[in-house]
Amino acid sequence: MNLRQFREITRYPSAIIGLIIIIFLVGLSIYTVIALPYEEAVNKWRGGDRVWQDNPRGVPPTWVNLFRSKKLPESIIFDTATDETIQKQVTPLDENLTDIVYTFQFDYTADEFPQEIILFFTSTFEKKAPYISLLWKTPDGREINIGDFSIERAYTRRISQDDKLAKELGGPPEVMLFADPNSEERIPLKGTYTLEIAGLAFEPESTFNVKSIIYGKVFGLAGTDHLRRDLVLGLLWGTPVALAFGLLAAVITSLLTMFIAATGTWFGGWVDSLIQRITEINMMLPVLPILIMVGVFYSRSLWVILGVVILLGIFSASIKSYRAMFMQEREAGYIQAAKAYGAGDVRIIFRYLVPRIFPVLIPSLVVLIPSYVFLEASLAVLGLGDPIMPTWGKIINDARVNGALLKGQYYWVLEPSFMLMLTGFSFAMLGFALDRIFNPRLRGM
Amino acid sequence: MTVDAQADAVTQARYDTLKRIGKYTIVRFFMLMFAVIIGVYITILVANMGGYVDDILRSEIRERIAIQISLDPQYKELSTEERKELQEKLVALEEKRLGLDKPFIVRSFGYLKNALTLNLGRAQNMTSDSGSRQVKLIILERLPATLLLFGTSFLLNFFVSLFFALMLSRRYGSFWDRVVVALSPTSAAPGWFYGIFLIVIFAAWLGILPYGGMVDAPPPEDPLHYALSVAEHMILPLLALAISQIFLSIYSWRTFFLIYSTEDYVEMAKAKGLSPRAIERRYILRPTLPTIVTNFALAAIAVWFGAIIFETVFNWPGIGRVYFQAIGLFDTAVIVGTTVLYAYLLAATVFLLDIVYAFIDPRVKIG
Repeated sequence: MNLRQFREITRYPSAIIGLIIIIFLVGLSIYTVIALPYEEAVNKWRGGDRVWQDNPRGVPPTWVNLFRSKKLPESIIFDTATDETIQKQVTPLDENLTDIVYTFQFDYTADEFPQEIILFFTSTFEKKAPYISLLWKTPDGREINIGDFSIERAYTRRISQDDKLAKELGGPPEVMLFADPNSEERIPLKGTYTLEIAGLAFEPESTFNVKSIIYGKVFGLAGTDHLRRDLVLGLLWGTPVALAFGLLAAVITSLLTMFIAATGTWFGGWVDSLIQRITEINMMLPVLPILIMVGVFYSRSLWVILGVVILLGIFSASIKSYRAMFMQEREAGYIQAAKAYGAGDVRIIFRYLVPRIFPVLIPSLVVLIPSYVFLEASLAVLGLGDPIMPTWGKIINDARVNGALLKGQYYWVLEPSFMLMLTGFSFAMLGFALDRIFNPRLRGM
Repeated sequence: MTVDAQADAVTQARYDTLKRIGKYTIVRFFMLMFAVIIGVYITILVANMGGYVDDILRSEIRERIAIQISLDPQYKELSTEERKELQEKLVALEEKRLGLDKPFIVRSFGYLKNALTLNLGRAQNMTSDSGSRQVKLIILERLPATLLLFGTSFLLNFFVSLFFALMLSRRYGSFWDRVVVALSPTSAAPGWFYGIFLIVIFAAWLGILPYGGMVDAPPPEDPLHYALSVAEHMILPLLALAISQIFLSIYSWRTFFLIYSTEDYVEMAKAKGLSPRAIERRYILRPTLPTIVTNFALAAIAVWFGAIIFETVFNWPGIGRVYFQAIGLFDTAVIVGTTVLYAYLLAATVFLLDIVYAFIDPRVKIG
């Protein structure tokens, strides 16, 4: 193994592509770990409704609109607590009564209806809560009263689930409020809509804020899942997790396997045959079932699974092929010379035997990485993913459990699959090319 | 040498071959059985990790006895204290009957014996399609489906790969050769992974093939339609398995053939003017076959393990699917039972291939 061999990589375009993708993935991992620290990412991912309530539920990424003739709407959010530009009219009626009117104005240009409409109220009052009236103004000048109600300190008004309103409008509110009344089909009327939220406060200090969300049908770069979570977070964090798992498992098992094979071959005798027998038994162990049992009965933590994977992977079938190579090396002249000058067993194994096999080890190690990445994904798809960390396999599992394929939410399955494929192919492409470079018999084939 | 002596020598050689293979087979058989025993024992140890199985059994006994006492009219008069005492007594008796009072290490050998003789006990929550709660029936009922799918896949894969590998090794460097080399990294992903894509394309998007399952619901009455329906359901799973394996096996076998076709004796055969087919059969295929069979065996083992998730993705009613359901229901008896069956299947696969190996490789010796 030398520099010239490494330079030879440039002759294999597949290796170059693989290497570029690997570098990209590693860069992505580093970015993810720095930009979204682990604690923060996990808290967000598992945060539930508090974190994710502003996102639509289970919608594809925004860029799908590029490929659609009928554009899907994006979410429209007005928050009076944070947005100063929202028009607010305060009219004191007498010493106690105050009339507060928020006016939200927006253009609706999408060809599909929004997913749902929800208003989140927060208010301050001593005894009597403010009383709210909602007025909806369409581009063609219609004015529809869509609710009169009193609120609490924190109150959520789900317009889409208002059965009374649905009956009045003759259909789901989020559709009927946007539908073009002059059209036979239900298509949205494009133009400027206004939502007026008028509140009557009964105490001088009483006031309220409202966040109105007209949930769209597309979101962000990667879409959302059934818990309204932004899949970008899961996909990003899946990268370092997958790479770390694959790399650690592949490197540790390969190195240990090699050292064991070297030790066995060097000492020969009962050590060698013991190692051989253990290998044969180990090859017969049902690895995935054992991993599944560990996951079900003991712990689903990624690190426990990694430990078991390594434990079961040490005495792998490759001990046999390493052994065959060490057998040849053992008789080589330089080993005899080392023995002659009195080198110890450990020195010979670590300094002379093992380094000779490195060229064969590296390609197989690189090819091994994706198999471990997919092993982790397999467990996750079976519902045995790490309970805390987001991983690609867990996203696929969420999608499958929630019937994403039946509901046409293909992006939900395809995005993590694409990341898995990218990882798998890049390492395989590089590994196969390295195999051809380092393995003289394969040279040029 | 006389004709007789020559015939004798031939018979002697044949006899030696048979003896060699017979001895090899027997030794391999015992070694594999030993491996199965160890594997199953480890399975039991893992399954009972932290006394999990015991806890399940104990709580089951406790519950059963509590219900028994509360339903039995003769215990109606007892006070709460007395009832509790009685319950403890019965629980202790039952635990003794089931051997739960002995240390785990002793019991584990009992479990091992039961597992190896497929005396797998009763399921906690699952039932077989015929309504039985016997783990053995639950699992064995599903075995044919798994064997059908993966057996077909093994055979298709083996012969298709062999055929194309030979063809490509003849046309080394051609367009198709380069295509296969370029596609070989597809094997980095397992079959279920391609399964998801195929389901998205052919079932969800195009709607021309079923999402999964083994046969239409309700199953067709007449056998021909039944077979056709099964065949239709097998297209996507077979395709998924093929994509995940076939390019790599063609690629690696073709490489082997190429390596062996540069040997001197092949050049010699060419010089003698033997036909390319004869060279292929006698000088290339013959010496590479053992390696190919070994590779195939390893791939087959990997596929067995993959069956759990593969059958889950395709909703294929095989043992992998049972395993997955058992995980969901925490049905320990079924999980352990299925693992045992997997160990047997694995051993059977390896054993069969070992015998094939012995027949095709004259150098095979024991150990």
